[in-house]
Parts: sequence; C-alpha cells; structure tokens
Amino acid sequence: MPIKFEKVTYEYPAEENAVVAVKDVSLEIADGSFVCICGENGSGKSTLAMLMNGLLQPTSGAVTVDGKTTSTEEEEELFAIRQKVGMVFQNPDNQMIASIIEDEIAFGPENLGVPREEIGERIDYALSAVGMTEHRRHTPYKLSGGQKQRIAIAAVLAMRPEVLVLDESTAMLDPKGRGEVLKVAEELNKQGITIVLITHFMEEATRADRVIVMSEGKVVMDGTPEQVFRDRESIERYGLELPAPDAVAAELIKEGIPLEDKIYSESELAEAICRLK
Amino acid sequence: MSIEVKDLSYVYSPGTPYAAAALNGISISINEGDYLGIIGKTGSGKSTFIQHLNALIKLQNGSIKVFDIDLTQKKPDLKRLRGTVGMVMQYPEYQLFDETVEKDVAYGPKNLGLSDEEIKGRVREAIELVGLSYEEVKDRSPFELSGGQKRRIAIAGVIAMRPRVLILDEPTAGLDPRGKKDIMSLVKRLKETSSPTIIIISHDMDAVAENCDKVALFSEGLIKAVGTPREIFYNARLLEENEMDVPSVVKIANEMKKRGAVLDGEPVKREELIDAVRRWRSE
Amino acid sequence: MNNVVFGQYYPTDSVIHRLDARIKLLAVILYIVTVFFIVDYVMYAALFLFVILVSVVAKIPLKVLLRTVRTIVFLVLITAVINLFFTKGEVLWAHWKFIKIYKEGVEHAVKLALRLILLMLFPSLLTLTTTPMELTDALESLMSPLKLIKVPVHAIALIMSIALRMIPILMEETNKIMLAQKARGADFDTGGAFKKAKAMIPVLVPLFVGAFRRADELALAMDARCYSSVANRTKYKVMKLTLKDLVASVVCLAVFSLVFLNKYLFPFDEMILSLFK
Repeated sequence: MPIKFEKVTYEYPAEENAVVAVKDVSLEIADGSFVCICGENGSGKSTLAMLMNGLLQPTSGAVTVDGKTTSTEEEEELFAIRQKVGMVFQNPDNQMIASIIEDEIAFGPENLGVPREEIGERIDYALSAVGMTEHRRHTPYKLSGGQKQRIAIAAVLAMRPEVLVLDESTAMLDPKGRGEVLKVAEELNKQGITIVLITHFMEEATRADRVIVMSEGKVVMDGTPEQVFRDRESIERYGLELPAPDAVAAELIKEGIPLEDKIYSESELAEAICRLK
Repeated sequence: MSIEVKDLSYVYSPGTPYAAAALNGISISINEGDYLGIIGKTGSGKSTFIQHLNALIKLQNGSIKVFDIDLTQKKPDLKRLRGTVGMVMQYPEYQLFDETVEKDVAYGPKNLGLSDEEIKGRVREAIELVGLSYEEVKDRSPFELSGGQKRRIAIAGVIAMRPRVLILDEPTAGLDPRGKKDIMSLVKRLKETSSPTIIIISHDMDAVAENCDKVALFSEGLIKAVGTPREIFYNARLLEENEMDVPSVVKIANEMKKRGAVLDGEPVKREELIDAVRRWRSE
Repeated sequence: MNNVVFGQYYPTDSVIHRLDARIKLLAVILYIVTVFFIVDYVMYAALFLFVILVSVVAKIPLKVLLRTVRTIVFLVLITAVINLFFTKGEVLWAHWKFIKIYKEGVEHAVKLALRLILLMLFPSLLTLTTTPMELTDALESLMSPLKLIKVPVHAIALIMSIALRMIPILMEETNKIMLAQKARGADFDTGGAFKKAKAMIPVLVPLFVGAFRRADELALAMDARCYSSVANRTKYKVMKLTLKDLVASVVCLAVFSLVFLNKYLFPFDEMILSLFK
C-alpha cells in the first residue's frame, strides 16, 4: 500500500487567508492502480497531490508512503519518499532545468547520488519508456508540448519511482499531446507503476480504474468511473461534466428513451440506440 | 463583408537558415455576424493568421481588408483597426498588469484616445458583460482574483474597446469544465450584445460543433476547407487527412450509420442529435 | 518561429565541438587578453585568420558566425565615430572650422572597430560549439578551487544553467505579451525615451509576475526531484582531458604567444611588410 492518508487536513499559512485546502481526507492509493482525481479549480486537488510526496506536510493527520510518514524534517527520509512518488506538473516549461534532454533526465538520479554508469542506463530506459530516445541530445526548447511533458515524465522515471503523480500535466496540451501523455501513462501503469492523474478532462477519467472527486477540500465521490459518472446530479453539483457520449445518453434518457443507465463510449452508445428499434 | 483576406503568405525570419513558412497563400471572407471556428493542428498557421487580422504581424504578401481598413496601404490606421478587431490571446490573464481591475480594463480604451467619461462607462459595461460585479472588483488588484476571474477581466479589457470583430485564441485552455462552459456562454452573449462577429481558435471539436456556424480547417499554412460545421465534420476523409478529431455527436451518428441507422439532417449539435434520434425512432 | 538568440549552440559533429569545454573557455580568456595587447594590422589579420580557421574546423558556416557581429554593429559604429572625432593629430579632411578628421582618428576608429569585432567572434565560437550545460559544467569545474573558501560553486553553476534555459522562454513570452498589449492599442514605437519607457510597463509587469511564477514552480519541481545544494550529488557528465584537448591547447598557446612575441620581442610583421615595400 504505497500511499495512505489518515484524517489529513492541510491549511495554507495564515498570511494566505487560512484557506483550508484539504479537509479531513482519508484514503489509500493501491499499488499498481490508475487513479484519477477530478474537481473544480480550488477544490484541493493539487494540494492533495503535493501532500503525497511531502512537498506539503499535513497540518493534522498523517500521510504515509510505504508506511513511512511524510511529516519529517530529515532530508534523507523526504528524499526517499520523493524518489518513490514522482511528480510531473502542469507547465512543461516551468519544470525543466537543463538545456539538453539527457542532462535534464540525469538531474534526478544525480541528486540521489546514483553512480555515473548507472545514470546512463537509466537515461536509456527512461527515454525509451516515453518514446523519445532519438531526442537524447537535443534541446527541449523546440519540442511540442506533448513531447516536453514526456521528457518531464522520463526525468521522473529515471528516479525509478513506484508512483507517478501527474498534476494537470495534460491541461496545457493540444489533443495530440494529451493523447501522447495519456498513452505513456497507461503503458507505465501496465508495467506496474501506480498512476495518479489529476485532470479536468472527463474522457481521461473514464480510462482510470478509480475516480476520486474533490470539492472544497473534501473527497466527495470515490469509486470506479462507472459508479462516479452514473451519479449525474453530483457530477453537475461538483462543477464537473459527463464525458461527451455520456452526456448525450443522459439527455436521451431524460427524453424518455429507454437506454440502460451506464457509461458509454460513442460506439457503445450508437450500438445501444440501434438496439432500441 | 467584414474581413476579406486574399493570397496571404507569411515566412518567419525570411532570408535566414531559420526561415519557416507559416502561411502559404490563404484566402477567406468573413461576414459580419459570422461565428467562425478555426481548427487545425498546432503549427498549422492558425495563430499567425489571426495575428494578421490585427496587424500584429507585418503583411508580407497578399492583401487584407477589415471593413474599410486596407492593410496593404503603407500606413493603415492601426488605432482604428485595433478598436475594430479585438484580440483575446491564449491565456490572456498573463497580460494583466495594472494595480486595479478598473485601470487594467481601461488600458485599451485609453490607448484609443477616448475621453475619461467614455472610458469609465465602457469599463463598467465591459466588467458587467463578463459577469462580474463592477463595484466589487474595480478596486481590487487583478492579481488577487481567481484564475477564471482573471481571464474574464482580461477579456473585459478587450471588449471595453468595443470591437466589431472579436477574436479568441483558445479561450478555454486550462480551465475546469465549469469555467469552460462559462467562457463559451460568455462568448455567445458577447456575440449577441457587443461583437457581432466572432472568430475562435479551438482544439475542442465538440465546442466548435456546438457553437460555430462556419468552420475553417487549417493545415500546413493553408486553409484546406471552409464550410458549415456540417460540411466539415461530415467530411470524414478531410478530417482524417488532416488528423482532426471528430466531434462526439458526429461520431455517434457515424457509428449508428455503420449499423444501418441513418439519422436525417446530419446532426452536429447535441440537441440536433437528440431530435434526430427521436424522429428516427418514431419513423 | 522565433528570432533565435545569436550565438546559440550550433550542433555539428566537429572536433571543436567535442573539445573539453574547460580548454575552450580558457582559450577564450587567453584570446581576449591577446586582443587587448595587439595593435598591428597584421596581427589583427592573423587573429581573424585564426578565428576563420577554427570556424571551418568547427563546421560553422561563416554566415552564422558573422551574424553574431550584427548584435554589436551599433556599438562598433558608435565607438568608431567617437574615436573618429575625438582623436587629434594630422588633419586629413576638414569642413569649415568645426569638423576635422585626423589621420590618427581614422586609424583609431578602424582599430577599435576591428578589436570589438574580434572580441565578439571568438567567444561566439565558444557558445556556438559548446552547449550551455557544458559551459556551466566547465565553469563549475574551473571554479572548483573556490569551494575551499566556501563559495557555493555548484549552486552558481546551476543558476547559470537555469538562466540559460529560461532565456529563450522569456524572450518568447516578452514577444507574446507585447503582441497582446499591441492588440489593446499599445504603441511601443513612437514618442521620446520617457514615453517609450512608460509604454513598456504593461509588458514588464506581466513579464516579471510570470518570471516569479515560473521560479516558484521550478523550485517545486526541483524539490520534487530531490534537489539539495548540500547533499552528495553524482555527476553524469565527467570531463576528461584527451589528446585532442592537448593539441588544441598547444595550437592556441602557439598562436597567442606568436602575437605576444611579435609585440615585445620579435617584430616579424614589420619584416613581412618590408618585403612588399
């Protein structure tokens, strides 16, 4: 059980008007799972993410990673946690420090004190995992947004994490870039890496095996995509939307067309409608 | 005819090894009252094109006429042009700079050389139009607003110039679902109240299908097709060739067609689809 | 898409590119000192020839190298004109009473211009053939003795590296903000210096706000990847001097000492010139 929240509350420091960003959250992220966290802006999603690897420490309650608390001042213990729980952020340009891709990827392992020869192997592995091997000696400046985010993922992978947290990492990308990042995330999940994906795109959420919805710092919904998106009223209340084909299905049902109440892809919905006649 | 573009070409850094063609001869007419959606992959020339309409880029080749302002002239009246064509760039909240919301929104009208009285009225109107309370926000710093509010204020800064044509480059990028919905209905409202012509760049095919009445597909610096959403989104080959997504509604209709159920009227909007399904069932 | 920063890394597979960055850096320092010492046209020509030779070996098109001079054309012209008018001596050309041009003035102006251009060229070759990361590494390595007196050498090198990475990003951002404000009717081109400076406020404020936001996010991303300025980091890229570095050092030393020898011990340029008289 890598990540566990027990009655976690996080308040921002007083000068920032004591906004409670996360309120009394208890949850566990299971090994190897693909978890999606949704919610409006300001619902506490990012704070939740930063609590996962000790970038923020709870005001009360406890976050543990593999049984070790993140509430520690010891740099070594914190680093052990951050090595396990890697994080990719929203803006690809604001998380890279080097002008050459291989140097960028070496940064994490260098910080961890990984021996030189091994860093080379890790760069090979990380770049091939995200399909960017041929860009090894290039500068990230000219890459597309999707490619930059894949580099950011590779830079985390080189630290050999168990969990990869993507904090709105697809928000600034075009559909193609979003598809690339999502594909990499799914691929890594298949290889056993736990994925925590924070996103505003509902069709991304349907690909997860668990969806957590946050609102005003609390976990308000938690279940499979099927369970979460079937509660259409709540989805609306928490400022989210249904994935497009699902929204159509919901409206058809409202019109009195007897469709089964479940979540659909476009082709599934077409199939279901055709069966009505 | 509000905007007439003919044979527009543009090359970045011409005459250097970094020279890159962005537009390769495009022509398009945009009528007053159009709600034009521009779609195309990143790097297809969409942004370069719209920047031309506001003379943010110097015309190299071809001609552009915006109402009676001819951009091929040596010294076009830029002030009048920028008061006519309003441009909301990507992530417009990053251009906020002044101490108060009121001053920031007033920046554009001030540059147009309007009277203080006039500016004040326009600022109030613009802030209310984007759905915020003038009294509540006017003295606040734009930097302490929430993300969604910042974007509205930035848009207010553009519509305070009362442009007849409003151009928005991916206005919903990075917003949460509710924010997206709010901005799209704001644009609709602006079309009805202040700027009758809307041009929007979007990667969100569902939003384009739902809102636009005309679509231009850009690819490699060319306009591959202009037409109604129906004409563009039911042209499967065109979309495929240019690696464009199909709106969800059209996908559902296509999938039904594959299964032998042809909906009449080729729906592109959600409402149209539901109507069409209803009609199809009662046939 | 962008006006590339002049002198930006120009990748080819030349031997100059593969030289140890420390040697290149030292050579540049020596070269600059040399340029300040020489006064003879022949020696200027010799150094020009040397620069061109190096650029040929480095497979840098002459056009690319010469373009770096463009950025200082204004400076060159100004200094040349000042020298032209303010150096007195033998009158070459006079117009009324006020404007007189002296022989010494012309000579001074020409030499200064040549010197400035020379000063620009060789360091440009350094940045054209060396990645920013290699350069910062070289600097870190050369400064490492300073660690003994507690100078945070690594941190300085990292700051430089980040600065180098951020330059193109911030340039692009400046351009975007300027366009956005222009669209709002801003006028950056007319008016006096004061008006122009004032017109830049709507550009500079968002630029700074943005830079701080970026800095914040970058710090977070570095934290997430276990960066610590004190811990024992490893280094992926180790600099090793090889035979070619040695050869390069010898060549540079030879060229530069010839110039010195010429000035102080053995004025062979005059001998060469006398052959043509």
